[in-house]
Amino acid sequence: MAYPYRHPSEVQVLSKYFGDPEARTLKGWEARGGYQALRKALGMSPADIVNEVKASGLRGRGGAGFPTGMKWSFMPPKGDKPHFLVCNADESEPGTFKDRELIRWTPHALVEGCLLGAYAIRAEHAFIYIRGEFFEPAQVLARAIEEAYEAGYAGRNVMGSGIDIDVTLHLGAGAYICGEETGLLNSLEGRRGEPRIKPPFPAIAGAFRLPTAVNNVESLIAAAHVVQNGAEWYKQWGTEKSTGTKLFCVSGHVKRPGNYEVPLGFNFKEFIYDVCGGTPDGRPIKAVIPGGSSVPMLTADELDIGMDYEAMAAAGTMLGCGSVIVMDDTTDIVKQVRRMVDFYAHESCGQCTPCREGTAWAGKILRRIENGHGSEADLQTLMEISDNMSGKTICVLSDACAAPITSSIQKFRGDYLARMRRPEPAVAAAR
Amino acid sequence: MADQNPTVDTVNCTIDGIEITVPKGTRIIDAAARVGVDVPHYCYHPGLSSPAQCRMCLVEVEKAPKLVPSCTATVAEGNVIHTQSEKSLQARNGVLEFYLVNHPLDCPVCDQAGECKLQDYTSAEGRPMGRSQEAKRVLGRDDFGGDVLFYADRCVMCTRCVRFMREVAQDERLAVVQRGHRNVIDTFFDEGLDGNIWADNIVDLCPVGALVSKDFLHKARAWDLDRVPSVCPNCSQGCNVRLETRDNEVMRIKPRTNEAVNSHWMCDYGRLNYAWINRGGRIEAPLVRDGDRFVPVSWSEALTRLVERIGATPGEARAVVSPFAANEDLGALRRVLDAHGSGGGVFRAERGEEVVLPGFPTLALREDRSPNTAGAELLGFTREGDAAAHGGLESAAGHTGVLFVLGDELADAPADFGAAAGLFVYVGHFLSPAARNAHVVLPATTFAEMEGSFTNVQRRVQRFWPAVQAPGMARPAWQILGVLHAGMTGGEVPGTPADAFAALGGLRAEFAGLDWADLGTEGRPLPEPRALAEAGGPA
Repeated sequence: MAYPYRHPSEVQVLSKYFGDPEARTLKGWEARGGYQALRKALGMSPADIVNEVKASGLRGRGGAGFPTGMKWSFMPPKGDKPHFLVCNADESEPGTFKDRELIRWTPHALVEGCLLGAYAIRAEHAFIYIRGEFFEPAQVLARAIEEAYEAGYAGRNVMGSGIDIDVTLHLGAGAYICGEETGLLNSLEGRRGEPRIKPPFPAIAGAFRLPTAVNNVESLIAAAHVVQNGAEWYKQWGTEKSTGTKLFCVSGHVKRPGNYEVPLGFNFKEFIYDVCGGTPDGRPIKAVIPGGSSVPMLTADELDIGMDYEAMAAAGTMLGCGSVIVMDDTTDIVKQVRRMVDFYAHESCGQCTPCREGTAWAGKILRRIENGHGSEADLQTLMEISDNMSGKTICVLSDACAAPITSSIQKFRGDYLARMRRPEPAVAAAR
Repeated sequence: MADQNPTVDTVNCTIDGIEITVPKGTRIIDAAARVGVDVPHYCYHPGLSSPAQCRMCLVEVEKAPKLVPSCTATVAEGNVIHTQSEKSLQARNGVLEFYLVNHPLDCPVCDQAGECKLQDYTSAEGRPMGRSQEAKRVLGRDDFGGDVLFYADRCVMCTRCVRFMREVAQDERLAVVQRGHRNVIDTFFDEGLDGNIWADNIVDLCPVGALVSKDFLHKARAWDLDRVPSVCPNCSQGCNVRLETRDNEVMRIKPRTNEAVNSHWMCDYGRLNYAWINRGGRIEAPLVRDGDRFVPVSWSEALTRLVERIGATPGEARAVVSPFAANEDLGALRRVLDAHGSGGGVFRAERGEEVVLPGFPTLALREDRSPNTAGAELLGFTREGDAAAHGGLESAAGHTGVLFVLGDELADAPADFGAAAGLFVYVGHFLSPAARNAHVVLPATTFAEMEGSFTNVQRRVQRFWPAVQAPGMARPAWQILGVLHAGMTGGEVPGTPADAFAALGGLRAEFAGLDWADLGTEGRPLPEPRALAEAGGPA
């Protein structure tokens, strides 16, 4: 069965076996070179692995783009306390569906990545926190973990190395905030999924207050490729500071939505118009969200940039987790933004006042504007609320909520004003 | 937590232009308090963990990329902190506006009005007008059990109550349920807070009117109350409290912070057991028996006649005292008894089950349900009677010499109690049937009407102050008995409670080690007898 979303411009490193059901099984995965990265890693010292990943320039694929090797190097020296590796498979950012595909098609790649990562940070236990709605991926992954245990890749004495690494699959209950790493850790521990104050960072006090590294699914799988093939091999793709390939999830008004793996730095315009085929009816693009709903949106004129962390930042937005949402000119921006803000209000954990109250309040104002009862003063209020929600809370959920509000008001003010109640000219003329 | 290391390192910082040196590990909010700067806050409380979630205490620290929560951030060397800068003020202003999106403006009917942190900070720093045009969230009221009523709409979600029950009471009865703006505090089961005697502390902790006391509900406005530092009289723990009064009546009792005794807490038993302080029907004038009836007389006449009669009455003196009497009262009586030729003195004290506060285990509702059993024992009175403070009057009831009763109401005494006494002097509050057998009845004040001190179960001497006016001619017993003693011995009359306290030093050396003024509002522990002996003082 051919995977329906393929394009010649792609560089398929992680997504090579998408659509190949054989790759899901242990046998099939081994036949495709599976677990060779782990074998190689076990022959290296943990410090060498960390250095190799550092040298590759691999950056975390969960959204923040923090260098993976650097994160691992923050783990304290191994003492009496256990270390943990936690794989963040909560994938809850609206517009994102890359980890789901990675797990569905190549579950063993993730198991291998977790084992390798755990070895690199000297963790005895890797937890995979997967979102509760991922019924099928969770089943596929659970089967792969079982197979890995049976084949001696996981559990006691991994591949005869004398090292023990357990892998535990943990299903979330469906909360966006549990994708935030410290919210995830609380949820994993059985507490309310509320982000923790940092510092201490998870490397010092993570899961069960013990040293922990939290890594995204795609990061761990990419790290395995880096270890197997070397940092230089990985750096053949991408830009100087954004190395390697990345999966982009495209949804919205494009002819061929789906997951595409391209080198970082790929031209965004070419990506949308060529790789994804442009809009279905050839209508003009109105706005594009390049990295998941939490990042500021771009207009059609702003698309001629590279798909890498630096270029996106220079354009005033973020690469995020590579979730591209394309909207053509039929899109009702006010409604879209209101819908996103409602999402954040629904998903706020409610700890911090600016987020708990601000997200819900902004949603109410936007709904009022959407229904034609807004005024221009509301836009000013929204901008100020957004400012009061940004950089003032424990995590960045409220910053994420503010991003679509402020960017849409700045870039699509006309759409908002068109929703305002018009002054009644007949009454004005009669005076 | 503050550094417990004796070799404490210190750090220097500047807060709003004031330089200060604090121990390493001091929170910014606590350092600010030291220079007199109150950083507005809701979730932070010194007795609880800091979740840094209200975001009200954000302050600007120079060179920090973002505003810093002052309740969790500790002072670093050279920090330059601004609590009143434009950025800090704007952030607080924003948070206050967020609160008022849903907080009802029902201050006129809210018990917290006048002592509400949301009201205070909003009027100090908030916007003159709210911008929210949206309908407010409406959740209504919930009976949390015990003395606690929950007005969900007023809640600012600081979670102090949840953390108190989890960390201090260590009895998780409350939780935040739901998520985001639908968050609400709720109880797990139908009984709610029922049965936990520490639950009312969450009413004190609540910075707004979300958690209110059923007992105090709509009883008085905060600004009409007069507040006087006192000591809880309902057990021998001696929790530091404030008596809050209006129109000469105690309206409620609130805990006062004292880390050596009760931290920030007190139990519901002590807190709600105050109606007896307001009880009417008191003795209002000195009464002298004339045949079958009592004749009210002036204090000078009463005491002059008493001095004469006591000198003319043979036989040893005995006494029944109340463990609710102050150290000074008991000491003055001890001196009178000694001057006449001493006999024994007894007291009866109610006992009950001891209930420890797990998160602050030196605090408990003590077995002894009276405030000054330790003082009574130190001053030579012995405990008699049962756990209900009944019985034990045998030695006094038929005594033929001089008999003093101080404070004990004698509710369970036989009808002929004191009838055989050569002289029966009743110094107290209520003219019970047994008290009517007295030859002389002298109206004394309660602890709430006078200045004095109690000695608690930890042998800590703590002062209290008058919160309400004494009825009629009632006087502190130390004064009454002090005048009597002076009349009997030709000694000096104690003019102030400090004099009466100083006289205790002659009875027990421990008291001599304390200075009245030094006791302050937090009290001092009595020196151990051994320490006194080593210091060469009187044993």
